[in-house]
Amino acid sequence: MADISAPAISARPPQSYGRRVVKRFLRHRGAVFGLVFLLLLALTVILGPFFSPYTYDGQDFMLIGSPGPMTAQHWLGTDELGRDMMTRLMHGGRVSLAVGLAGAIIATIAGTLVGALSGFYRGWTDTILMRATDVMLSIPTLPLVLLLSGLFRPSPPLLVAIVGMLIWMGTARLVRSQFLALREREFVEAARALGAGGARLMFRHILPNAIGPITVSATLAVGSAIMLESALSFLGFGIQPPVPTWGNLLNSASSWLSVAPWLAIPPGLLILFTVLAVNFLGDGLRDAMEPRE
Amino acid sequence: MSLGYVLRRLLSAIPLLLGISVILFAIIHLAPGGPLDMYTENPAVSKEALAQIAAAYGLDQPVPVQYVLWLKSMVLGDWGYSIRTGRPVLSEIVLRLGPTLELGGLALLISLLLAIPLGIISASRRGSKLDSSLTLASFAGISIPVFWLALLLQLLFSVQLGWLPSAGYKSIGGGDFMDRLSHIVMPAAVLSLATIASWSRFIRSGMIDVLNQDYIRTAYAKGRSERGVVILHALRNALIPAVTVIAVDFATVISGAVITETVFAWPGIGRLFMESMDGRDYPMLMGLMMMGSLGIILANIIADLAYASLDPRIRYG
Repeated sequence: MADISAPAISARPPQSYGRRVVKRFLRHRGAVFGLVFLLLLALTVILGPFFSPYTYDGQDFMLIGSPGPMTAQHWLGTDELGRDMMTRLMHGGRVSLAVGLAGAIIATIAGTLVGALSGFYRGWTDTILMRATDVMLSIPTLPLVLLLSGLFRPSPPLLVAIVGMLIWMGTARLVRSQFLALREREFVEAARALGAGGARLMFRHILPNAIGPITVSATLAVGSAIMLESALSFLGFGIQPPVPTWGNLLNSASSWLSVAPWLAIPPGLLILFTVLAVNFLGDGLRDAMEPRE
Repeated sequence: MSLGYVLRRLLSAIPLLLGISVILFAIIHLAPGGPLDMYTENPAVSKEALAQIAAAYGLDQPVPVQYVLWLKSMVLGDWGYSIRTGRPVLSEIVLRLGPTLELGGLALLISLLLAIPLGIISASRRGSKLDSSLTLASFAGISIPVFWLALLLQLLFSVQLGWLPSAGYKSIGGGDFMDRLSHIVMPAAVLSLATIASWSRFIRSGMIDVLNQDYIRTAYAKGRSERGVVILHALRNALIPAVTVIAVDFATVISGAVITETVFAWPGIGRLFMESMDGRDYPMLMGLMMMGSLGIILANIIADLAYASLDPRIRYG
């Protein structure tokens, strides 16, 4: 790299956008903690079950009947069917993280598409899409998911799609406002003058300039998706046992609350820390990618 | 703000409600199975009887026809009859609305009483240890799962300490003020936590914006005390943007109420919804969903109107 170290004119060379983002992000302590926590969590739930001597639905027939206490064999106890809670929590974590990520991806794609079309074409396209967004925003979310899940009994992948399709509205409004502002800028006019068509203008020229806010809202959507799925599973309408999720683990723990309170603590704590980490991460990304100055 | 604007806003709710009703009706009526499933397996119920029940509820008609019939009677104030209890949907909802309003009202009161001072303190000590701990606390408040918080409170105050009843609206035979208060405390606390957290953030940022304005400096220059400036000059204006958030959070509160009422066996409309889910009570589910959506739409309209009337700089046609 000798050629770069030529005598510099200014003392500080201008930093690239990416560099500045990383630097600002690292200054946000909560966001860094959040990111580290999420990475460790992902590592634990993905690799953990391989090291566990138990499977998530394997029963210890000596322990069936009522929840077992925390012991050297079962660090976090066993449930009423003699299954190891630690292993079930790790499997539940896989499900919850996967639901969060997939739900957020679906919501972000849907929201970006709706917002982009709305903001770019304006006119009646905008009117129709924004009225549809208003309709979706006016139906209470949790009851609507309960209704869909309870009446259609969807498979887990379909459930994730439903969760994603119910939390895209914020992203759509955000992307729309970005597009409305960006479509008037000179570089868009220049690209149009050079013959770029609608799709190319939207996704090649305008979208990259809106990537900051979209990333932030995608991150926050991970938290919403995890929370929504957990609530759904807690109420018994989400992913069904024996497949564990943090929500349905809490559901079964709630009936043993007075006898085995230790079962109710870890799943909730994990949901809290995961959503908290995601929210901190989103806040840090906002500070890093869309500085107010 | 003219009367015309108010009317226009109210009229704009109609197409919204129509869109919502079509979506909800389609979801509910196109789902496999139905409310009569519980009879089909029962050998005591003959095919003819089943057809009779279906006809009585209009379930033998094609879905679009059912929708038009439902819409017509809905507009006239007849929301149909609950399949589970056989009673009119509207009167059943009104009956269960009372406990929900009690719970929601108390939660709203707690939220405002805590969020406003917390937001002011945070803003006036911006950057202090106290401010950053309150920020952390509000992040935690937004991130904590409501159902888990409910379980923890039950565990602590009912199971361990035995201070509060774990669930229910009142004790059997009881029902005096203290008895009802002891039942409502935990659900109201659970329901208000998320709103305390989010509103205090909004009041904080509203206060910070306002405190940087020229007229605040003028007030200080006139010799007003810190307290006088904050409360008389700044707070009024800082609360205006918070009005919008209260409306937006209304939707979150509905979701929270369903969970809270289920965990605490609170006999409100959230629990009625869960009970109706079990029995696939189509008319009741439809009525409850429409009620919830109507609530959200009205909350938004009220917020817009309040915003316009509180801030003289904003003028809507």
